[in-house]
Formats: sequence, C-alpha cells, structure tokens
Amino acid sequence: MSTNKEIWVYAEQENGKLSGVVFELLSEGRKLAAKSGFTLCAVLASAGGKPMHQELFNYGAKKIYNIEDPKLDTYQNDYFSKVMAELIKEQNPEIVLYGASTIGRSLAPTVAVMGWAGLTADCTELDFDTERGLLLQTRPAFGGNIMATIICPDHRPQMSTVRSNVFKKERVSENESGEVVEIKVDLSGVKERMKRVESVVEEVNTVDLKAADYIVSGGRGLGGPENFKIVEGLAGALGGAVGASRATVDAGWISHHHQVGQTGKTVCPLVYIACGISGAIQHLAGMQSADLIIAINKDPDAPIFDVADFGLIGDLHQIVPEFTKQITALRS
Amino acid sequence: MHIVVCIKQVPDSDKVTIDRETNRLNRAGVPSIINPFDENALEMALQLKDKHGGKITVISMGPPQAEEALRTAMSHGADDAILISDRKFGGADTWATSYTITLALKKLTEPVDLILFGKQAIDGDTAQVGPGVAHFYGVPMITYAKSCEVTENGFRVQQVTDHGYNVWDVEKPAALTVVKEANSLRMPSLKKKMAAKKAEIPVWGVEQLQPEEGKIGLAGSPTKVNKVFAPPIKLNKEILSGEPADMVKELIYKLREKKVL
Repeated sequence: MSTNKEIWVYAEQENGKLSGVVFELLSEGRKLAAKSGFTLCAVLASAGGKPMHQELFNYGAKKIYNIEDPKLDTYQNDYFSKVMAELIKEQNPEIVLYGASTIGRSLAPTVAVMGWAGLTADCTELDFDTERGLLLQTRPAFGGNIMATIICPDHRPQMSTVRSNVFKKERVSENESGEVVEIKVDLSGVKERMKRVESVVEEVNTVDLKAADYIVSGGRGLGGPENFKIVEGLAGALGGAVGASRATVDAGWISHHHQVGQTGKTVCPLVYIACGISGAIQHLAGMQSADLIIAINKDPDAPIFDVADFGLIGDLHQIVPEFTKQITALRS
Repeated sequence: MHIVVCIKQVPDSDKVTIDRETNRLNRAGVPSIINPFDENALEMALQLKDKHGGKITVISMGPPQAEEALRTAMSHGADDAILISDRKFGGADTWATSYTITLALKKLTEPVDLILFGKQAIDGDTAQVGPGVAHFYGVPMITYAKSCEVTENGFRVQQVTDHGYNVWDVEKPAALTVVKEANSLRMPSLKKKMAAKKAEIPVWGVEQLQPEEGKIGLAGSPTKVNKVFAPPIKLNKEILSGEPADMVKELIYKLREKKVL
C-alpha cells in the first residue's frame, strides 16, 4: 500500500471554536508521530479557519489542511463527510483520529464506509507497532468486560475515535508554526437533504463532571435513590461533582447527566471517589484516567479495587458521612 | 408509512464477567436480550405508527437464535420480521455489517420511509452501523435522535448533542439512531405475543442477498481483533480497613501527603 506517511487529526470546531478533544488528540498524535516517523497534521473544515491555526500548531500539528466553504459554517453530515472522504482519497493518509463526540460519531463512520476504511470506536489507548506499521487501537469491548486491541492490516486509512478526557492535552509552546495547505472541495453537487433549524445550548452545568477536580460517584451499593444525599454531602464538602454508575441511572435513582462510564461521560478528575460501585469495566472505562482513585465498598473482591489507589473496605453508609465530617472540619 | 427498525440481540452485559486466569468471558447462562437502545428505536416506530398508521418491519443480523429477539419485537407491535443469518456473515465488523444490512434493506419490496437504529449496541458500543447503513442505502442520517415528527416532506428531528440539542428538518427516506431519553418500550400484548410465536420469519443469507465477493464476514472487515486481555490491575494500591473514623483519618493524611487535598 502506497500511502502518505501522515497522521491526521480531525479538527472539530463549532462557530469558530475548536473542540477540546482536538488538543488531546494532537497531544497523543505527537507520540504516535514520534514512534512512527509520520507527520502530524490537522484537518480543519469550516467557514473560516485562519484564527484557529495558531492553536493547532501550538499543540503539535506540522501541517494544516484548511478547507473553507460557506456551507461548512455549521455541522452537516453530508457536506463534512464529502469533504473528508475526498481529501482522504486524494491524500491517502496512514491514520485519521476523530473525537468521539456527537459530530465525530456521525462523521467517522460515514467516512469509513465511503472509503472502505477501518474504524475503531472509543479507543482508550493508541500505540504504534513499528514492525508491522500498524496502529494498535485498544478499547473496552463486550459491554466493557474485556479489553481488545484492534488492528487494520489491509485497508487505509486506519481510523479511530477517542472520547474527550481520555488523553491529556499538552501544548508544545505558544508560538509553533507549520505549513498550511489550502484545499478546495466542490460542494455544489451535494444535495441538501437535511437542514438544521435550531441549535440550543443547555446549561445543565450543575453537573459539570468534565471540569470537576473531585468527583464522588454512587453505585448500586447505595441501596436506594435517597442515599445519593450521602454522596452529595461529600461532593459538597470537597467542592466537587456527583457521578453515578449505569446501574443507578438505569434504575432511575438519578438523572443520566451524572452517568460516568463507557455509555455515559468520560471524566479525568484529580480525585475520583467510587462509593458502592462494583466496577464493571463499562464504568472503569469512563474514569480510570483519574489521577487518583479511591474505592469504598464492602465487598473486598469488587473489581473496582483493581484500579483503585486507595481501597476502603467497609460500609459506605458509615464511611462516607465520616469522610464528609472530617473534610468539613479540615476546611473550616 | 413503512418504518424499518434494525435490532441486535446482545448478551445482557451487566451479567457478563471475566475469568482473570484465561482472559475469557464467562458467557454461560448469560441471557440474551434486545439491545436496550434498540427498544427505544422500536418504541419510536410504534408511536409514529399509532399516529400515522403504516407498517413496521424489524430486521436483525445474527446467529439463528436472534430470531427470538425478532419475535419479542413483534410481541411489542412490529408487523413483520426478517432475519439476516448465514455462517458466511460471521466475524463481520461494522463495515461488513453495514454492507450486509443494506443489501437486505434494498431487497424489501415496499418502499421504506424511515430506518431506525438504537444509538449503539451495548456489546460493541461502536455506534457505527447506523451511519454506515445510511450511507450505503443512500439516505440522510441523524444520530442521537430524541424525538421525530412527521412533516410534509419528511421528518422534524430533535438531536441530543454534547451541550444541548439541535432540531433538524430531514427529507424522507431518512435514517435515525435513537437515544434512551426518547421513550421507554411499551409492554407486549398477549394477543401479539401469541401471533409472534406463530409468525413466519424469513431468513436471508448469502443466497438471498447476493453480496459482492470479499465484502462480507471476516474477509470484508477492515478491522481485526489483534488480542483481547483483562483490564490492567493497579499494583501499588493501599487497602484500608477497620473503624470508619480511623480509616478516613489515615486516608485524609495520605491524600494531603500526595497534595491532592
């Protein structure tokens, strides 16, 4: 296979603002670029991309494919997938990474079928096998009960989506530079089959799990919905947010906005405190990149202890209020 | 209106555990269910049919026993069912699965107005087959749909986004993937349950679907599994036990030592 030795990061943006996951992907992309010897590039499709270029360079892009068209002012799957598929066909990159956002999860699968490319969803780890020249894409599989490493040996590009907060973002410097390649894609032939008539940003940010330094999460071990107040108490004392396992959300104990895990939110706080959560990998996939994990559970064999830095074995109904009490005393 | 709902039979993943010695899943005795998000897609179809009439066809691709999932869907109110099943389809990734399901959609004699999927399946969690089928079949796709109303030329769809929601007008035929917040599946009726038991469910394989060579099953799949393994275990962890007050005191001391408090 003759390909362009490039790693692309799809630079997802809305209203001229790059999505945070783009910087995380570029930061991880630099490691892959160092290992593979490939060039790290960003692909920016928008109605006007120039103001975003500096940040893309600062996070490590050596080259930007800049596609501008008035039709690219808001995300529309037909236009954006046409742009990506044509550019991929023309440039033939080795690897393409996308954020696993609402947009990325529409765009990437469409582009994959358009070009018979491999696509692996929600990777939690990326590595490069220098011997075989393959991207090693690791993700939780089977409802998150097992990890699988996926490869794409015979098709190009090798494509992955990665959720936000899985990789850490790290700027190279404030004044990096690189090459800008202007690309024209003719969208006049694409029929407008759908039209966005409204876009609403809702501030449900009483639950800002993604930005919280401390997250206290409750699982089935709480025993009932009323016991989420124990979890809320500790979160309040720490100045953190409340998380929840899928089991409690499915049981209707708490709103899905709180759900942490593979089908909920991926979080990366300073400290994650799991109360009465057994630790199905479905949950672990959403929180194991926290800097420090504390597990409180009465079952010493619970899988949550496998990923914990500190494990407290005992009754959460006693331990958590005690924790709250001591933190409150410390902080006053 | 003809609505097709694509459903997948999955193991109830909450009940799957892993054998840490062999790195294999303990699947024995784990019940099979309709993928929970596909139930929301089915209910969306049923509500549209309640309002506007028409017909609902459910399609599933899988081993012969996936027929059970189709009968369950019929007991909830789906009119027709088709099973896509053939040993040669085995090992398909999302690309080959999208391709194969599209062949079945193209074989349907009645024109299709709307194709519904759950937002993702709980075993693979990829969320890729819906958009894949939409492209192969040649219809517009809206992911993460929370509601769908019929308009003059198509549908008005509310789409959940990372920060709120979008409203789209999309022409028909269209494809949507449906989120859990959309609804919850109604109870099956006894009468429909009886009928579903007796219903004839055609099985479409390679012979019926006539796929292009090399595009199905493992051979048609760009992605391959390189290895599977148990999730890593943290080795230098500290386990505390004893009186809650002492445990917490020690924990707080250590957290302050690590400068995270």
